[in-house]
Amino acid sequence: MVALKRISEHPVLGPLASEEIEFEFDGKSYLGIKGDSIASALLANGVRTLRYSNRDGEPRGLYCGIGHCFECRMTVNGVPSVRACITQACDGDVLESQGEDRRENHDDF
Amino acid sequence: MISDVVVIGAGPAGLSAAVAAAEAGAKVVVIDENPRPGGKLLGQLHEEPGTGWWIGADVSKALAKRATDAGVQILTNRQVWNITPGWEVFLDNGETVCARYAVVATGAAERPIPLPGWSLPGVMAIGAAQTLTNYYRVRPGDRIAVVGVDPLSLTVAHELSMAGADVVGIYLAPRNVFSGTLSDPDRNLQYLAGMSELAPNAFLRWGGRLAANRAFRNLALTFYPKFGLPLMGTRLNLRKSIVAIGGNDRVQHVEIATVDKDGNPGKTRIVDVDCVCISGGLYPVQELTKGSEMAKIDELGGTVPLYSPEMETSQENLFVAGNVTGIEGAKISMAQGTLAGTVIGSRLGLIHNPEAVDTASAAVRAARKSSAITFMPDIEQGRQIADDLWTQLEQGKTVAQKDESFA
Repeated sequence: MVALKRISEHPVLGPLASEEIEFEFDGKSYLGIKGDSIASALLANGVRTLRYSNRDGEPRGLYCGIGHCFECRMTVNGVPSVRACITQACDGDVLESQGEDRRENHDDF
Repeated sequence: MISDVVVIGAGPAGLSAAVAAAEAGAKVVVIDENPRPGGKLLGQLHEEPGTGWWIGADVSKALAKRATDAGVQILTNRQVWNITPGWEVFLDNGETVCARYAVVATGAAERPIPLPGWSLPGVMAIGAAQTLTNYYRVRPGDRIAVVGVDPLSLTVAHELSMAGADVVGIYLAPRNVFSGTLSDPDRNLQYLAGMSELAPNAFLRWGGRLAANRAFRNLALTFYPKFGLPLMGTRLNLRKSIVAIGGNDRVQHVEIATVDKDGNPGKTRIVDVDCVCISGGLYPVQELTKGSEMAKIDELGGTVPLYSPEMETSQENLFVAGNVTGIEGAKISMAQGTLAGTVIGSRLGLIHNPEAVDTASAAVRAARKSSAITFMPDIEQGRQIADDLWTQLEQGKTVAQKDESFA
């Protein structure tokens, strides 16, 4: 099964790697492709929110993609604050978001 | 761990330095915090005039293979916490790597452009979108707006549309305390003039050449098409900026303002998107060259270590290569890395050809000359400033030594 945002056909790049991995994020099971980063595997499944901010409990996702901003940090197999953008997703990983959604009703802008 | 050479960063510069030194017979260790070698080269994908598609993932793989074939040990998933003269490199797992020569090839990072709503999931740096799309093969969004006009954002916008995303447009940054000249239509048009050779359609190429002229820019901006210029599957808007990003728990829309030719915002409207890519430009990542003589040179992208024609910093046996020295393309980084590795190989007494270093220096100059993309419009002035400062430093050193002998 090709995940929501996976680019299976590409005009220049070759075929996708086909070896699948299975992992868990916040209690739900997902499939990724071997070689995925944790952030790419989750985004392929349409998951953008990777944690909630410390102060206001707002959702946060991947930002810089190079391990500098730490916006994508999460708990990986019990180890807290691992950067999802530069950590490879592995078969059997148990991933958990950090923080909790504490937003009150807020305006879009 | 003891080695002849320790290289920090397994991108194009670091791998090339490692290959040059290891193929000469040196023992080399490369350290990188990413799960695999390649750095930002992994996500690159563009068509080059005359030579076809540049697929960064393939180039990375070939370079890494060449390195390991030459005996280079590549330590991935390892962060460097400190480096001290000698040279000793401290890793996050408590290990250290000791080597007579060190090469800092830590590359660049992106400058953000903060704007209202930019912390929502779905807003990301343009480089993050590039790696997701071309390396991980995941679409960052289905309808994407790009903020910031520069060679990287134009290239990635094209890559996103090739991957099936609807790129609604490339827009100016909003005028705020962070964006500086990125919000100024005239500065952006001037910038485009510097990349006219790369411009993918005739109109922009024509416009790009004329944009070097101030009077033409004024005219072009006054009559700039309301709906932007068509460009590689998207639209380039020099008279619109994204002033806010909105959504409940993720990006759902952007607020786009029309701006006059001086960059003042006017009417706004809402456009639905699910992803916003921010391109604020790149700066050299130079923390690990601490202790070396540094200079802030905006034409190169920020603060950089000064270095000799042999890529050595003011600290003995500490070398630099790649974007840590200024923002340029991967091919130039590779040539710089090869030069650093060749110099080290010679100093170790492993390279006996007296012309090897000159050949490697000439290759850096050739790579610059044939570069298809110029990231920094005034890069040549920047290089000149850096070279002049190095010369002054050398003269200063001589003066200081004289003073000491006098004392």
